[in-house]
Amino acid sequence: MWQAVYEELKDRGFTVITVALDKSVEDARPWIEAAAPAHPSLVDTRHVVAELYNVVNVPTIVWIDERGRIVRPNDVAFGADTFRQLTGLDSSIHLRALRAWVRGETPAFTADQVRAQQTLPSAADQQARAEFGLGHWLFERGRTEAAARHFERGGALAPHDFTIRRGTMPMRGIDPMGPQFRAMLGEWVQAGQPYYRPLEDTAGRA
Amino acid sequence: MFTVIDDGTVHEVDGTVIDGRVVLTHDALATLGWELHPEGLCRDGLCIPVPGDVALESEQGIDLATLAQVVDRPLAVDVEEGAAYLGVSAGERQRTLRSLMAPDFTLPDLAGRPHRLSDHRGKKVLLVAYASW
Repeated sequence: MWQAVYEELKDRGFTVITVALDKSVEDARPWIEAAAPAHPSLVDTRHVVAELYNVVNVPTIVWIDERGRIVRPNDVAFGADTFRQLTGLDSSIHLRALRAWVRGETPAFTADQVRAQQTLPSAADQQARAEFGLGHWLFERGRTEAAARHFERGGALAPHDFTIRRGTMPMRGIDPMGPQFRAMLGEWVQAGQPYYRPLEDTAGRA
Repeated sequence: MFTVIDDGTVHEVDGTVIDGRVVLTHDALATLGWELHPEGLCRDGLCIPVPGDVALESEQGIDLATLAQVVDRPLAVDVEEGAAYLGVSAGERQRTLRSLMAPDFTLPDLAGRPHRLSDHRGKKVLLVAYASW
């Protein structure tokens, strides 16, 4: 999905790094093989990146500059419009901003702007991630029933964290596209909570 | 024996479950990198004071849940499975994210080859977290 923009901009001191928050390499493999990316395409079964960056849903993108600084905090963006009907998100808005930043035509966000738009984890979020960590360790050992208890506890502690609520469905024998997901999403949206919350300001908007 | 996973690192330690609580020996504490001194709970030369009214230690040993409270870290426990996970505090994550330095990580690709984010220093990076679900 991101291979095209990588090819377009890779000679301008730019790379894409994708990270699949999947339960196993085998879950991620068909997607990665179909995309055949030339950029690093990684698999993160333990949700290391979710923990470090406070990622609560997918897709989440972050811009990191040449000095290793975050210049666009967690945002939702797709590399193509495959899911546009479902998500209502136009991928071209972010891609335009990304191109302008990589080409040096417009700056990314300032440090103050990044901080103003960051969402920081709460104590409950971190408790939920500890429950996920224990659940995942148990799951890897075949203790699926015990694992499910902790995944469910984590989801209850951080109801907005879909990397836990939805991301653990395949580890609980639940179809992540099925009726249980749709019911969960329906309740969430009914309560006035957005499933996707793109940043309002887009750096480099053409 | 009891399994304590410290931010992803697995330790098998000398611990027992008493009345639903996990109690560790001093050896277990040392395995986790902590030492109990008069100035507090110390690790890597840094000591966190233990408030006088906090019962960290009893005749039975050191209470894991109280230890997690003292060091301000989230703890998930499964007494039946004999395992616990010590996570990272919200405060620490907030400070790191507020610094705006992108947290470094190393993860494998499909072939199992490790990749480190900081190896791309000098380039602009679009980091994308996604999933098949």
